[in-house]
Amino acid sequence: MTVTVRDALNQAMDEELERDERVFLLGEEVAQYDGAYKVSRGLWKKYGDKRIIDTPITEMGFAGIAVGAAMAGLRPICEFMTFNFSMQAIDQVINSAAKTYYMSAGLQSVPIVFRGPNGASAGVAAQHSQCFAAWYGHCPGLKVVSPWSAEDARGLLKSAIRDDNPVVFLENELMYGVPFEMSEEVQSKDFLIPIGKAKIERQGNHITLVSHSRMVSLCLDAAAVLAKEGIECEVINMRTIRPLDAEAIETSIMKTNHLVTVEGGWPQFGIGAEILAWIMEGPAFNYLDAPAVRVTGVDIPMPYAKILEDNSIPQIKDIIFSVKKTLNV
Amino acid sequence: MYIGLLQIYFIVPWLASCFRQSGARVVVSARTYADFTPQATFDIKKCDLHKLEEGPPLQAMLSREEGLQYYRTMQTMRRMELKADQLYKQKIIRGFCHLYDGQEACAVGIEAGINLSDHLITAYRAHAYTLTRGGTVREIMAELTGRRGGIAKGKGGSMHMYTKNFYGGNGIVGAQVPLGAGVALACKYLGKNELCVCLYGDGAANQGQIFETYNMASLWKLPCIFICENNKYGMGTSVERAAASTDYYKRGDFIPGLRVDGMDILCVREATKFAAEHCRSGKGPILMELQTYRYHGHSMSDPGVSYRTREEIQEVRSKSDPISMLKDRMLSNNMASVEELKEIDVEVRKEIEDAAQFATTDPEPPLDDLCNHIFYNNPPMEVRGTNPWTKLKSVS
Repeated sequence: MTVTVRDALNQAMDEELERDERVFLLGEEVAQYDGAYKVSRGLWKKYGDKRIIDTPITEMGFAGIAVGAAMAGLRPICEFMTFNFSMQAIDQVINSAAKTYYMSAGLQSVPIVFRGPNGASAGVAAQHSQCFAAWYGHCPGLKVVSPWSAEDARGLLKSAIRDDNPVVFLENELMYGVPFEMSEEVQSKDFLIPIGKAKIERQGNHITLVSHSRMVSLCLDAAAVLAKEGIECEVINMRTIRPLDAEAIETSIMKTNHLVTVEGGWPQFGIGAEILAWIMEGPAFNYLDAPAVRVTGVDIPMPYAKILEDNSIPQIKDIIFSVKKTLNV
Repeated sequence: MYIGLLQIYFIVPWLASCFRQSGARVVVSARTYADFTPQATFDIKKCDLHKLEEGPPLQAMLSREEGLQYYRTMQTMRRMELKADQLYKQKIIRGFCHLYDGQEACAVGIEAGINLSDHLITAYRAHAYTLTRGGTVREIMAELTGRRGGIAKGKGGSMHMYTKNFYGGNGIVGAQVPLGAGVALACKYLGKNELCVCLYGDGAANQGQIFETYNMASLWKLPCIFICENNKYGMGTSVERAAASTDYYKRGDFIPGLRVDGMDILCVREATKFAAEHCRSGKGPILMELQTYRYHGHSMSDPGVSYRTREEIQEVRSKSDPISMLKDRMLSNNMASVEELKEIDVEVRKEIEDAAQFATTDPEPPLDDLCNHIFYNNPPMEVRGTNPWTKLKSVS
């Protein structure tokens, strides 16, 4: 059967709310409005005010409240309407959630999930389009997850909720409505995807493409075009930003000898930059036949006009171009 | 007879268009100026007061000229927002679009109480303020459609429009409030007797940074008029579900406050004048709560009827519409004729149509503008494109 990413997230939350009394959801419009993007549709009707809480528009406050609740034994899911608004609360995510287990030398854990849409959408302009994968991926004490498919969304959200550590769960608005095939096995209530393990979405011998979230779709599309010219790309879906599955990437490079990373975020100090650094420092460096390269968003705030926006994020043609340049064809 | 018709249908409107720039008007009607009441006094609702001995006056004077100007401006805003609704549904406007129809008395009333040399900042429901602060309908609409003729060259969109002494258009709820106090600090620092009007909604009113701002604005006696546009809903959440106290005019605590009927433009104007006087006399900040209503949902992606009833919306439209209220006042006091107001409606409609025409035919921004405007007063620099081989140019 096919399931959209939105429904996969909804079902994952529903099942985890049912499984564990301590799990609850809070955020703006999550309850009576059914969620700003309808991800929490039906949950308030089913679970009521105690488990599904509408907050005022006060991120710093409610993120702090969520962290406090996690410290005291509950398992909150704290939704940011978009991760742009998490900047208002980032102190609570980093200083109160991420670092506490360390600072307390193991006494105080913080089993919380921060989730919401991340990165560019369509026409929402500069203040609503930023990708926070690199910012959160930078911080020890956090797990950072970035699902692509409905299966990813389901398995990773369940794992995130069951994880006893703070997890930043980066969704993507443009992926919410995209349907994916979902097998029986994936639909089972205990289907989990381990955090920290990447997935090879497409096998190939000539070059490794590493990506996360919506950009995985573009990599697969680029790979399909390149296959017609005899270039076989191996497409890796990172699934997790932190901890980074460097081993999966290294194993792939040892086979293909070429690497292009693809991300929607800005280039400087970003996901691609980190992957390239890992590869430089690790065993796969000697297997590279050409410098590894990053395809990223353009290093500017996101413009509004469609023609400018389209040219601010990677397009399939940019991936194809970079692959060919790297392979020197 | 024939010449008479020529006059009415060609020459007079042509004359009228010549005079439009200077603000004078040629009225196409059988009645002359002498027939109309030049000025009238109206009773306005008393404002609820917080930490104030006296409030704004209970009566407001309105001249015929002012009335016609307020009517025209509010009608322009109304039609502009409705046109934006249409263009959004045709997918010519994309992304976020937060419409202001219903709240016109606030924007027009506030501007009538301050000067263009004063400063103003608001959140994302900002198209009307862009207009009152000097933007044209053309450049506002072209910004909504993302064209090079837009007020921000197509790069900002609905939530990011700016003009002189108007600091946007801000997308992050509450962030504009400390910004506004900062503008007020500059006003005090530069000593030009200017002030800053700093707007936010009932949803934003619970933001911590607003209380931090109240504190500093009060400590440092900043010339800042905080204005809460209370339209009863923060996106889909009613005020009772979001705020432990919905007396937004009292939330400034140590800051004096007024609660104002935001559907009555005269109320808003008098309250703003009162508040401006308070600030300019060095007393520090003051807070106004405008009780108003938005007909549209929170944004174009919100139908606006899952959290409130159609009956409620209809009731406000029929009993408290700001434009109707002004119109009724003017007509019942013989300050204007029905034909005259209809003619303004026709002109406004035409202006909006022309602007929409421009907004849909003006070309999109050129690609070589993509990386410009990163830094101010900076030498040209290179910006990385989507891949290491694409180097783009950026100029200030």
